[in-house]
Amino acid sequence: MADKKPAEPRSDRRDSQWLLWEVFTQSKTGLPHEHAGSVHAPDAEMALQNARDVYARRGPVTSIWVAPSDSITASTSSDSQPFFDPADDKIYRHPQFYKVPKGVKIFK
Amino acid sequence: MDDDAKLIEFEAKIKRGEKIEPKDWMPERYRKQLIRMMSQHAHSEIVGMLPEGNWITRAPTLRRKMGLIAKVQDEAGHGLYLYSATETLGIGRDEMVDQLLEGKAKYSNIFNYPSLTWADMGVIGWFVDGAAIVNQTMLARSSYGPYSRAMLRICAEENFHKKQGYEIAATLALGTQAQKEMVQNAVDRYWWPSLMMFGPSDKDSPNTPLLMKWKIKRKSNDDLRQRFIDLTIPQAQRIDLTIPDPDLKLNKKTGHWEFGKINWDEFYEVIRGNGPCNKERMTARRKAHFDGEWVRIAAEEYAKKRKTNHSNNN
Repeated sequence: MADKKPAEPRSDRRDSQWLLWEVFTQSKTGLPHEHAGSVHAPDAEMALQNARDVYARRGPVTSIWVAPSDSITASTSSDSQPFFDPADDKIYRHPQFYKVPKGVKIFK
Repeated sequence: MDDDAKLIEFEAKIKRGEKIEPKDWMPERYRKQLIRMMSQHAHSEIVGMLPEGNWITRAPTLRRKMGLIAKVQDEAGHGLYLYSATETLGIGRDEMVDQLLEGKAKYSNIFNYPSLTWADMGVIGWFVDGAAIVNQTMLARSSYGPYSRAMLRICAEENFHKKQGYEIAATLALGTQAQKEMVQNAVDRYWWPSLMMFGPSDKDSPNTPLLMKWKIKRKSNDDLRQRFIDLTIPQAQRIDLTIPDPDLKLNKKTGHWEFGKINWDEFYEVIRGNGPCNKERMTARRKAHFDGEWVRIAAEEYAKKRKTNHSNNN
């Protein structure tokens, strides 16, 4: 027979969802870690275990990083224009900017 | 920049095929529609574990049992990907879980039907996961970045679900007379509710035009339903199972299968909470959640204790 206990909270303790952690996985050694999603966990060790169960149930994952979500500082899209502008006007950072005598092979 | 200008830029961005990310400006309606869709989707994954969990202890072989456990575990994982993606819109997971447990949130109607026999495990994987793949392949191109990325991850895993389901159905369909009858019966019960998974017909789906304009959805309910039918019928024919629709016929001109009338009254009845298993599902989910409370408390205490030990040792 099924359990007839009423499905109610056992205590008035508020259901904590714990801290939020961002998860980064590496799919092959040598490749960069990539953001996969997030997990909830009370500490870093359990965050790592939860991340393995959620984001690495099947390969390929060779390494996982977890970081508390609130410790990540990110640029916002509203300031992305002025923030990244300085990269746009420096054509001298690209090889096309430089001229060499015809017929010389610089790269091979 | 005022909201009108922001809206113009937002829509231009979507038109160019760019994704919207969590920190980008978005209209409140876009955010609300996404929270509604994505949290319902997450709840469906979680409640979707129940009909299949019902058969884990009675799987006929160890091979089948391993497959089913892995599938149910994937559904839990998919629920978590989706809660995680929905949280990027500014709603907490606890709030979403509360909405589900209090019966305020919807989840897919299909899980309010009972799983009566082992053959249902085959047909659920084949039809229900098959329908989910059709829907999710479309959502993988959704304009909201985190939703689209969660879908890509899910689609890659769902293919195993569908294939293991079809394998079960095919094995039974080619088995004894009793096995064949059992799987035909599951097909008869699950065909129409599976077609309803795509939601009301386009003419009765008031949200669709806006959802498509903002590329939250890329195809309409009716188009997706048609795609599912066209994909599934040859699979049924191949293993000699009959789809319970006397009006089904291939239109040679369009290449699409024409089908009979869907019983939308049943669809709305189940949404209103009067399906065969609505109450049972919610009771089971609430019980699982509240029974798990001690595990959550223990994990928290363990974390606290480790922290104290750690600082004492320093």
